Amino acid sequence: MRAFQDLLAKIRQINGRYRQPRIAMSGAVRWALLALRLYLSLLVGLMIYKFILLATSR
Amino acid sequence: MNFFARLYYGVRKAWKAVRLYLVLAGPGIVVMVADNDAGGITTYAVTGAKYGYQLIWFLLILIPVAYYVQEMTVRLGAVTKRGHAEAIFDGFGAFWGWFSLLDLMIVDWLTLVTEFVGMTAALSIFGVPPSITVVAVIVLMAVIVLHGRYWTFEKLALLFCALNLVYIPGAFLLHPSVKQVLHQGLIPNFAGGFNGQLFFFLMANIGTTIAPWMLFFQQSAVVDKGMLEKDIPWGRFDTLLGSIVTVVVAVFIVVVTGTVLAGIDVDDAAQAARELMKTDRYVGALLAIGLFDAGLLGAICISLASSWAFGEIFGWAHSLNTKIREAPWFYATYFLMLLSAGIVVLIPRAPLVLITLFVQVIAVTLLPAALVFLVLLLNDRNTVGEYCNTPRQNLIGASIVIGIVVLSTLYGVSVMFPNLIN
Repeated sequence: MRAFQDLLAKIRQINGRYRQPRIAMSGAVRWALLALRLYLSLLVGLMIYKFILLATSR
Repeated sequence: MNFFARLYYGVRKAWKAVRLYLVLAGPGIVVMVADNDAGGITTYAVTGAKYGYQLIWFLLILIPVAYYVQEMTVRLGAVTKRGHAEAIFDGFGAFWGWFSLLDLMIVDWLTLVTEFVGMTAALSIFGVPPSITVVAVIVLMAVIVLHGRYWTFEKLALLFCALNLVYIPGAFLLHPSVKQVLHQGLIPNFAGGFNGQLFFFLMANIGTTIAPWMLFFQQSAVVDKGMLEKDIPWGRFDTLLGSIVTVVVAVFIVVVTGTVLAGIDVDDAAQAARELMKTDRYVGALLAIGLFDAGLLGAICISLASSWAFGEIFGWAHSLNTKIREAPWFYATYFLMLLSAGIVVLIPRAPLVLITLFVQVIAVTLLPAALVFLVLLLNDRNTVGEYCNTPRQNLIGASIVIGIVVLSTLYGVSVMFPNLIN
């Protein structure tokens, strides 16, 4: 339990340390990150769809 | 006299350059040759069996692709003195950092399982039971990393890299027609027309040449080795040499299976080795030894890539130059990954085929993200200063990234939905 709490505290510390992105947020960077989010959402959606297909076909 | 003086000076200068390179060589060659891991060897062996020499030209195109991507990690590591995971956390914040770290952990662990599958399959050809192989590999890998020096690890890894060259004598032992290899292999063509199956093979070959863990490994290795900005030209040379070696080895594997097994349905490298033994037992044995070596080298590098990444983010000591008592979590992560992956292979009826397919799909989610972050970081003056990408590097880098993203996505989709692309 103690180890788990330490781990959570460490994760909170990491989140605090890297709260603000250090890279200059130009238009190109924002656009690239948005495109990446959309891409990953689409791919994860496809994976979930595939998983449902596999699960229901059994 | 003047001629001899200049010759002497020239030879001394060249020897000094070679000695300097031997000191700085390592991350580029190791990561590139380790990229020819068990999965890579399988892909090339199956490609040769399926298409003969006809896709060799495509493999050659992958030399500059691999070089330009990995070269960026050399600059980023040498300038920032940070591994790739830490660079992503720092540059893009905790959300993208955790995404990359967790994705890396999953894909690395799954890939490690496939390395153990390759190693156990390779040694089973010589009658070694899988349990003995798994235990022996873990002990060997413990010996390699536990002596507390990055230098020793790197030189041992280079030795395994040299063993990866066994496919070259193997190909010559089969006496392939050089004229046929050059004629069929070097003229760009799409064997049997461009169809879904060929597309799948092209994408599989790209997927084995650029893998997410390679970015993390090389950048962390550059940092652990202590390379500085002034060492970047040598790092570039090391990476270029590595990318040439890895593709040359791939070409020779294709020549081996393309010469003897062309037209035979082969599912993996171990099966190819067994088939080859019927024709030439030495070449079959060389393919099996090469497969084991590839799996071992891949396993060492992949475990290290994860351990370095976790160490960077959690603030643990994370260098091979530290002893186990100084960096317990670093070594614990390394061995936990290894042991758990090794145990999975020994579980009866474990879904190993499903795991192999899953690796490809998960890698597809991490690769585009890692590549996009890499290009963006190399364009941020606050991060890399004067070592920013030039417009030419950006044009090449962006073209490669867009190409890989499109192709790897189609690859991932075709793995999930095999009947979609026909």
